[in-house]
Amino acid sequence: MTETKSFVEIRHAQKSYGTLEVLKDISLNVERGQIVAIIGPSGSGKSTLLRAINDLDPLTGGEVWLDGVQVNKNLPHNQYEKHINQMRQDIGMVFQHFNLFPHLSVRDNVTMAPKLLKKISDKEANKLAEEQLDHVGMLERIDYYPAQLSGGQKQRVAIARALAMKPKLMLFDEATSALDPELVEEVNLVMKKLAQEHMTMIIVTHEMDFAASVCDRVLFMDKGVVVEEGPPEQVFKNPTQERTRNFLRKHLEGAK
Amino acid sequence: MDIELILKVYPYFLKAAVITVELSVLTIVLGLICGALGAASRLSRFAILRFIGAAYVSFFRGTPALIQLFLLYFGGPQIGIQLDAFQAGVIGLGVNIGAYMTETMRGAIVAVDRGQTEAARTLGLSKAQAFRKVTLPQALRLMIRPLGVNINAQIKGTALVSAISVVELTYTAQRYIGSTYKPFEMFFLAGVLYLIIITAVGKGVSFLDRKVRIQ
Repeated sequence: MTETKSFVEIRHAQKSYGTLEVLKDISLNVERGQIVAIIGPSGSGKSTLLRAINDLDPLTGGEVWLDGVQVNKNLPHNQYEKHINQMRQDIGMVFQHFNLFPHLSVRDNVTMAPKLLKKISDKEANKLAEEQLDHVGMLERIDYYPAQLSGGQKQRVAIARALAMKPKLMLFDEATSALDPELVEEVNLVMKKLAQEHMTMIIVTHEMDFAASVCDRVLFMDKGVVVEEGPPEQVFKNPTQERTRNFLRKHLEGAK
Repeated sequence: MDIELILKVYPYFLKAAVITVELSVLTIVLGLICGALGAASRLSRFAILRFIGAAYVSFFRGTPALIQLFLLYFGGPQIGIQLDAFQAGVIGLGVNIGAYMTETMRGAIVAVDRGQTEAARTLGLSKAQAFRKVTLPQALRLMIRPLGVNINAQIKGTALVSAISVVELTYTAQRYIGSTYKPFEMFFLAGVLYLIIITAVGKGVSFLDRKVRIQ
């Protein structure tokens, strides 16, 4: 095996369902502290790629590395389960539909995993919940239940829940797509804050403005391949590929 | 209606009602155990367990409970199973309602949004931890009402064991008809007592459901 160089490395990722190939030999390197946006039409494979990074959707070929350790290591079932559970503690994920635990308070949503997996005391857990919720501006809702929150508030709690595990990498799977337009900004602000704190992030998004303003690099995917990649000013302003231009044009029309 | 007769015999019916309650409690406990094991098998990652679970459900839901009872009580001794009527009633009906409860529990578990497990697994929880901390607490809330329906059916279903002469409510009603020739009064009295039991249990289920519902 070759030495890994980048913080996150995806090498020749390939995924197929039967004869349908949804990811075709994708490679991607992300450096520590970098923020990469993945854009593209629906069905392009962008969410599948993101979900392959923490093995939620296992690849059928290729490797994913994080900080020098292979995530999708080839191990016997039981050993692999242990390994992947360990790896996932380092990879936070935020979902389009929040997936907060409805039976737990905001506080318990944040502390459940750290308490269970890191064996921290109740006192430490409370402190952790307060810190993380303060960070996303949700401290005053600490004793609410998810059903009592707006979409934007839910998503901020979901971010706090992921951050409470102190991940090395954060994955955002269309984190603002399910939100009412007026609630998008509060979530974007939290993500911008993370960017300023140099959190490494991979973001699947439909929001070109946001991608342009916070990301170091943009990947445009279509039909399971990376069509174009580069700094946002290049991909958005001077795309070299016809497919990218078409997508961006359609997207701009749609946004009007 | 012969009120005087009802007032005379009702203490015996109350005694019989206690047997009905006992039968109900025991069959429901056994049913819940069978249901939990059945649901676990049906959701297992091992094909053989899934097959056993499916076979269990299809046999017990696909044949009349009365046939199952007769098979156990009258047919049992032929293959070396000697049970008295009460034992046969508890085991027969308990295993039978367990098949329905299997489907109720399985349904509640699979009704919990897949995103819940995904979120838990993403945080690093194992499959078992995610089930215990996230899926099960939500599934338990979802299964209270449908299990209440199973329990309601089961309490009424205990009337079947009158056919293997367990002295519960229905059997008692039949016996007193034999000596009084007043079927209306006897069945009416038995019916009222069933209604009281069922209503009380129904209230209990509603209370539990309200108490644990997710806001």
